[in-house]
Amino acid sequence: MSLKPDVPATRAALDLDADVLVLGGGPAGTWAALAAARAGARVVLADKGFCGTSGATAPSGTGVWYVPPDPERRQAAFLARDTLGGHLADRRWAMRVLDRTHRSVDELAARGYPFPLDDEGAPARGSLQGPEYMRLMRKLVKGAGVRILDHSPALELLVDAEGAVAGARGLRRQQGDDWAVRAGAVVIATGGCAFLSRALGCNVLTGDGLLMAAELGAELSGMEFSNAYGISPTFASVTKTLLYKWATFTEPGGAAIPGAASQGGRSIIARWLARGPVYARLDQAEPGLRASMREAQPNFFVPFDRMGIDPFTQRFPVTLRLEGTVRGTGGLRIVDESCATTVPGLFAAGDAATRELICGGFTGGGSHNAAWAISSGQWAGAGAAAHGTRQRGARRGAAPAGTVGLRAGTARAFDPQEATRRVQAEVFPFDINYFRSGDGLHAALGRLDGLWQSLRAADAAGTAEVVKAREAAAMTAVARWMYRSALARTESRGMHRRADHPEADPTQLRHIFSGGLDEAWAAPAAPLARPQAELAA
Amino acid sequence: MIELVSAERCTGCNICVAVCPTNVFDPAPKAMAGALPTIARGADCQTCFMCELYCPEDALYVAPEADHAVEVDEAALIEAGLVGSYRAVIGWSPQTAPRRRIDSTFRLIKGF
Repeated sequence: MSLKPDVPATRAALDLDADVLVLGGGPAGTWAALAAARAGARVVLADKGFCGTSGATAPSGTGVWYVPPDPERRQAAFLARDTLGGHLADRRWAMRVLDRTHRSVDELAARGYPFPLDDEGAPARGSLQGPEYMRLMRKLVKGAGVRILDHSPALELLVDAEGAVAGARGLRRQQGDDWAVRAGAVVIATGGCAFLSRALGCNVLTGDGLLMAAELGAELSGMEFSNAYGISPTFASVTKTLLYKWATFTEPGGAAIPGAASQGGRSIIARWLARGPVYARLDQAEPGLRASMREAQPNFFVPFDRMGIDPFTQRFPVTLRLEGTVRGTGGLRIVDESCATTVPGLFAAGDAATRELICGGFTGGGSHNAAWAISSGQWAGAGAAAHGTRQRGARRGAAPAGTVGLRAGTARAFDPQEATRRVQAEVFPFDINYFRSGDGLHAALGRLDGLWQSLRAADAAGTAEVVKAREAAAMTAVARWMYRSALARTESRGMHRRADHPEADPTQLRHIFSGGLDEAWAAPAAPLARPQAELAA
Repeated sequence: MIELVSAERCTGCNICVAVCPTNVFDPAPKAMAGALPTIARGADCQTCFMCELYCPEDALYVAPEADHAVEVDEAALIEAGLVGSYRAVIGWSPQTAPRRRIDSTFRLIKGF
């Protein structure tokens, strides 16, 4: 193994120059790579796993915020989620995303995505099956001349003397050696953070890109909107929630739980789960609809068919798995229309970036997140191509910028499994994260800050453990931004619910920015003018 | 979690090694005829079923239990039609290709 974490990488086993390096090969990363290549940039895409199967979308599938170019319908589509999102969304960004998404989904059709026809014989383009979608995206990315590095987790960004991003380096875990890419610009498309909860497709989503960006001083926004929990059968990973619209939720004795529902009643499920088992049965679905449900979401039924359970007639135990910022809306702060971050040369897309711009403090996953990945990916890719190609021929430094887990400490061993368990103990429990209070958040934050300090002091992880060590460090950092931001928002808005501040406070119609590592911080930004909020009031 | 690489069906092509997003498998050694990929890091499996979809031989089985390993009986699974069932249902088996176009989400979510 040639990686020496303590020594600045001069030559890696695979050492490349590029205009644009994209980190992450899910929807946002592939759209970013495609846009950058089409803009004439030399592009490398590095994925922790395999571009085409990695991330929350590939094994799942998703609705898409696909609305025809009719101003009234688009305005209605925007307003439909605006109240749930606490009026933090920006109408101008929403319209931009609707426009780009519609054109891009039509391009997928032209490139061979097998969209079905609806009952009137018209193409139905409001949803994408994950395996098909991401297999096609990989093909398009390769066809555009992008070099894909699979199984190549990035460990840290590289930085020049002016503080601009200059590339990244990481491991090739199936070759047992390392890679480095010097690049004029970098797109962070590493997804959100679901804290290894085994929610469907989410175990590659550990906030790695957020940590790496913060090590260069990037800021985040909306990290209080990070407590999304997805319903799954207790035994299974499949956190797809649409079909629970047709469920009856029951307590162990068999009585229906009043108010329990997938939409608008999920917190009631959480309260009952804190006491004991909760069961579901999809008995509200008319027999005529059941075949359509199977055709729409084949993966939903795989666990049931394999367990010998008929979910329409037999009840099964359910749980809530944390999906964190994957179905939350917080992420790297975007400062302009090219999805630039606060660090020169560093762009962000998809779930790694804040989605507050289009849906404020709430998203059910899919739909808006899918549209955001498609749109922000292309803007970040184009922005990175413009920035990156301007750096061609420049003589720049490229020093490794990583910290925790990578540099020598006090010779205490870094134990990633133990660190992961300690973070999960602070972010999984409903009584800390779902139902928030100042006292609970403060106490958890104290423990998380202590954990960060112990990780910071630990020695560099060995090559066999370094990916998991960086994941544990990233999850710890994300949890600290989440709870600092949650403490800074002394109200309830979007998915962020404070038991000690149960109402929305009109004076807090503003974003919460956060950042920092050893000195993590969160602070309210300037108040927003939102005409739709006044209309709703 | 991934529980089965069928010795009877697997051809040692190692596609599963490449496509698994959490790097669960170690490849079949090229020099050894009849060798199979091994489930080397089963605890890292996220039960996403992607390896099954990409296996051209329907040689893999991911048990639905996401949080712990279980024992499986290959003959019983094949008898029950469960090995390769997910690939067939999404239309990725050669015999089921028309199913690629049957997404009927439009019947479940009415437009905006």
